[in-house]
Amino acid sequence: MDKRVLLIEDEPSIIEAIRFILTRDGWSVQTHSDGTTAAARVREARPTVLILDVMLPGRSGFDILEDLRGDPDFAALPVLMLTARGQSADRARAERAGASRYMTKPFSNAEVLASVNALAAGA
Amino acid sequence: MPRGALTGSRIRDRRLAAGMRQADLARDAGISASYLNLIEHNRRRIGGKLVANIARALGCEISALTEGAEAVLLAALREAAAAGGVPVEDDRAEEFAGRFPGWAALLAERHARSDRLGQEVAALSDRLAHDPQLSASLHELLTAVTAIRSTASILSDTSDLDPAWGARFLGIIDTEGRRLADGAEALVRYLDGPAAAAPSAETPQEEVEAFFAARDWHLPELEPAQPEAIDPLLVAPELKTLAGRTLARAAMERYCADARLLPLKVLIPFADDHPGAIAARFAAPLDAVLRRLALLPGREAGLVIADNAGAITFRRPLAGFALPRHGPACPLWPLYQALSRPAVPISAHLRMPGPTARRVRADAVAMPVPTQADDQPPIFTAVMLLRPAPDEGAAMPVGPTCRICLIAACRARREPSILTPGGISQAL
Repeated sequence: MDKRVLLIEDEPSIIEAIRFILTRDGWSVQTHSDGTTAAARVREARPTVLILDVMLPGRSGFDILEDLRGDPDFAALPVLMLTARGQSADRARAERAGASRYMTKPFSNAEVLASVNALAAGA
Repeated sequence: MPRGALTGSRIRDRRLAAGMRQADLARDAGISASYLNLIEHNRRRIGGKLVANIARALGCEISALTEGAEAVLLAALREAAAAGGVPVEDDRAEEFAGRFPGWAALLAERHARSDRLGQEVAALSDRLAHDPQLSASLHELLTAVTAIRSTASILSDTSDLDPAWGARFLGIIDTEGRRLADGAEALVRYLDGPAAAAPSAETPQEEVEAFFAARDWHLPELEPAQPEAIDPLLVAPELKTLAGRTLARAAMERYCADARLLPLKVLIPFADDHPGAIAARFAAPLDAVLRRLALLPGREAGLVIADNAGAITFRRPLAGFALPRHGPACPLWPLYQALSRPAVPISAHLRMPGPTARRVRADAVAMPVPTQADDQPPIFTAVMLLRPAPDEGAAMPVGPTCRICLIAACRARREPSILTPGGISQAL
């Protein structure tokens, strides 16, 4: 299986941790931190799974996802959304924008790993 | 209005008041006594010609039997039934309202109130959810917690961790730990800090505070004391509810009374004297002096008024001395000491914990509210004036209220602080 994940997140410590966890599990991890150029980066990298933070500088994760879902090439891309706000309104918004899964910070490493692997397996 | 079954109750009342027997009224109206009995007990709808006949037989207007508040009441009952989630006897709402008008009105009123409270709760939680400062602070905390949680479990779960990676992750924990501490402190400052300059009007009391704050806590319209100037002020945009206007009127009446005892012109030259000296000079009660000194033009001061249940009824916030937004305050405040020693002046220098706090001088006194009968329990009102004091010098550590207080060891603590699970020690 192709195990390439693109992590769009602007917090260096969280990037380090997620990169470490996924790399040990055999994933190749690319990262990107800017909201405005994130969609272009996804189109170029064509990852197996996209991990997308909601609060990004320049452009929100919701907008990036809506943009991607409007493109037939990325309509089915597995996307795991991360957010620091667990409000039901955000969850609904993530679902509307087309998130495959949704994870609230703080999450456990096992959760991240399980979610990414489940998304890659088409669950 | 539909001529609903409640008309029956009115017919019955009228008939009994007129001293008529059911059989006689039935005969006069051209119906059977048993049918009239059903009508009177709201078991049969009645309208048109029959109402007219009965009204004529009773010697009253038709409208006296058919018009009233029952349509509104019935609509309210149906609304309550629809919202209640409890199955009710829908078809007997009219009978219920007719036979138990008091209970029915109470139910309708409770329903309206619960509706209103639901809206208020929604508005308050909405305000909390959309408070940008709070949400930024929480985002900061959650981000740091996420990084620490993730990194710490890598450190503890990875048995063969490369030492270089280990050092890197320890570094992250250190950085994020510091960020967490800073974020928590910012949150504490936000929750603990002085009330915003313009309190947002949510409760009637907050409306009154917003009203006074908008006028910089001084009302030139009432100087010299002119009670007739109160009414025009009640149309102020800050006073949105009847309850708010009622409280504002009471506050302004008190203001007027105080202004009459201590006119601005004669008080100003002595405003920096000891409050007790001012009270003696003008033969004025000390509580009036304290209120007056707290609401002078262009002077920084705080004011807290409470009843003898400890509930705060008026607040003028003072920067550097946080007043709780809701509920009772710190039991160590001179305000509460004054309540336990009525009419005795209590003064102290105070300081709250936290970086934005400053030393203040508090002067408090509790005075009895005059009773009008011998057997009434005594009521007291306590007043506490707060004024900025020089930063150096002794000060008693006090908090705003236990829930948001940073003082760890306190014999007056009645509930744990939400800010410091264990409390932090405070050097003052």
